[in-house]
Amino acid sequence: MEAVEQIKAIDLKDENAQPVQKIWKHKHILDLDDFTPSEIDLVMQTTAAMHEILSRPIKKVPTLRGKTVVTLFYEASTRTRSSFELAAKNLSADISNLTVSSSSVTKGESLIDTLETMEALGADIIVIRHLNSGAPNLASKHVKASIINAGDGWHAHPTQALLDMYTILKYKKSIKNLKVTIIGDIIHSRVAHSNIWSLTKMGADVTICGPSTLLPKGMDNPLPYFPKVRVTTNINDAIKDADVVMGLRLQLERQQSGLLSSIREYARLYQITEERLLKANKGVIVMHPGPVNEDVEIASTVAHGDKSVINEQVTNGVAVRMALFYLLAGGSHNE
Amino acid sequence: MNKPMLIKNGRIIDPSQNLDVIGDLLMTDGAIKEIASDIKKMPTDCTILDAKGMIVCPGFIDLHCHLRQPGFEEKETIATGSKAAAKGGFTTICCMPNTDPALDNKATIDFIKATAASEACIRVLPIGCITKSRAGKELADMGELAEAGVVALSDDGSTIADSRIMKQALEYSLIFGLPISDHCEDAMLSEGGQINEGIIATRLGLKGIPNAAEENVIARDIALAKLTGARIHICHISSEGSVELVRNAKKDGVNITAEVTPHHLTMDEEMVLDFDTNAKVNPPLRTQKDIAALVAGLKDNTIDIIATDHAPHTDNDKLCEFAVAPFGISGFETAMGSLMKLVHNGDIEINLLISKLTAVPAKIIGSKFSNLGTLKQGTAADITIFDPDTEWTVDVKDFYSKGRNTPLNGHKLKGRVMTTIYNGKIVYKDNSVKLGV
Repeated sequence: MEAVEQIKAIDLKDENAQPVQKIWKHKHILDLDDFTPSEIDLVMQTTAAMHEILSRPIKKVPTLRGKTVVTLFYEASTRTRSSFELAAKNLSADISNLTVSSSSVTKGESLIDTLETMEALGADIIVIRHLNSGAPNLASKHVKASIINAGDGWHAHPTQALLDMYTILKYKKSIKNLKVTIIGDIIHSRVAHSNIWSLTKMGADVTICGPSTLLPKGMDNPLPYFPKVRVTTNINDAIKDADVVMGLRLQLERQQSGLLSSIREYARLYQITEERLLKANKGVIVMHPGPVNEDVEIASTVAHGDKSVINEQVTNGVAVRMALFYLLAGGSHNE
Repeated sequence: MNKPMLIKNGRIIDPSQNLDVIGDLLMTDGAIKEIASDIKKMPTDCTILDAKGMIVCPGFIDLHCHLRQPGFEEKETIATGSKAAAKGGFTTICCMPNTDPALDNKATIDFIKATAASEACIRVLPIGCITKSRAGKELADMGELAEAGVVALSDDGSTIADSRIMKQALEYSLIFGLPISDHCEDAMLSEGGQINEGIIATRLGLKGIPNAAEENVIARDIALAKLTGARIHICHISSEGSVELVRNAKKDGVNITAEVTPHHLTMDEEMVLDFDTNAKVNPPLRTQKDIAALVAGLKDNTIDIIATDHAPHTDNDKLCEFAVAPFGISGFETAMGSLMKLVHNGDIEINLLISKLTAVPAKIIGSKFSNLGTLKQGTAADITIFDPDTEWTVDVKDFYSKGRNTPLNGHKLKGRVMTTIYNGKIVYKDNSVKLGV
């Protein structure tokens, strides 16, 4: 796929530009359910500006000089964590990484205890990944620092959804009326949940597809608690006329808990294949938050094929996270 | 002996004798002496309480609460729990046996009775276990428990998963005439569940508990009660389907009673938005459709009584990730204020509401307690006086319970308990109430 630049970068140095504080209202980034379309637009434009910085020979700007970013990960992750770390370093922040093993949780150190320690150590922004849904929301109520949710339970993964949108906008003119299909283990996917919020807010037609055991409950009448999307168990219907097809990582333990009959049958019924993509719209792009179980949820030929933008998602992750740090710091360049 | 007391000008409602009059109530020696429109002749040294604009009714009876003692005294004790209950208008409370150790033998029941006798300000009646240690494997010595004075048997918090053991428990309970009170939850279906299964669970990314987890076990219990002829009492029913099951069982002549909590009657799953662990309760708060069915069930007497399922926890217990927090709402002190919403909205009649807190629960715990839940002459002077119209804002800092875990903190309620009298003695009085002589 040939990328086309669609997003106008905001000029970080333009003193006459509307201050971002007028649009940006967030102290924390917990989920995208409370983002306005203008805020999402602002993130996209700021990301474009950060992208430009990343193309410079010296990738460092002083936006977060003197600020401390702490990453607090209760779940293993390589790409998300290094993406945040690189983003913070590019903005000249001091960064400290804390991996909390489940053993110290069972020893009785609560999330609140840990956060209070982080705060005492001077954290300005805390990036949390947690196995329990809502942990970042809890954190946001008990610390003065800004909280960024780097993925919590089955709930939300807002930075992933924003980088997904940025990636889509590299190939598609606008999100409005775009047909986006998300296929796989929707109910357990925080990536799917946050994408449903951001894409529908920007006017996309979203379809979710998967075996009925892995589809979220209550979707026949979701308003006002959740966006209305098309739901189907038939992958061919789901892919037909799609502009974007997004796969999700299938946790192999779903089979053991009886939600699937076998991985083999799952792959047969729900794998994103070249053949199935023939029914999609011309110019369809294929996405996946990674890491991919090749030839389970997505055929390896597709994952590495010309419709795939999976590697670019990773690259864009750094720029999006830089943009979010920048906006949380108040949109000032600190020079 | 308690001093005589005269309550003047109240609206006296006693469903046990279909009484609803404006008038006076006189008590002497801790017992009800007389109810009349205007009592002029009173004993010397008589305390006078003006109840104008207020409702005077039998003290409330709660068939389902957790006092946490022994074992979890940081959450509640018999002393603090009974004080909180008195503030909520309760004069008799039945405590569930999921303590540590569980109340599955005479020694533990004796401990509850002795502690209550010395520390509780109201009547505390223990409920004993159905199975030893609530493990669902071997029957507890129900005969010993009955002699020790339990009013019902329950493994509350746990369901007896093995239907054979449940059947035998029901059969065995027939010897003693005690109701088996069941917390109905299919643990395989609810495993890992946090809140009602549905769109809110989808939004929050929390595992849902389907209605069927409750309905499955209610259906089983109905079949077993029908088979054995034993008395089954269904705890805290929460779903539309459960109401329908109990309704049909009653039509079928099954020996079944059912309870509902104030929170299931007045709050829906929306309370959990924003991950409020104080609204995490089992069974979970359901939907408006379920609430409508529960109210309908109260009105047609499918649901016999209202019980609080008062389940206190410490602030720290609830100050954690949603999935880690324990289930339970501290319910004594907001029960009446919450329930009056149903009356103010025109959903149910005040007399019906009072009967489900007084006469009917007394009937369920048996003829031994026929002097409770009534204002008949000569019975114990257990009386609740409440103002149906006073508006107040819930502030957990004012709670007598150690458990401040309620999603109602900061909410406005209309209807407030003003005075609670136990055996003729004032055990709770709102600051605004002035006594005369």
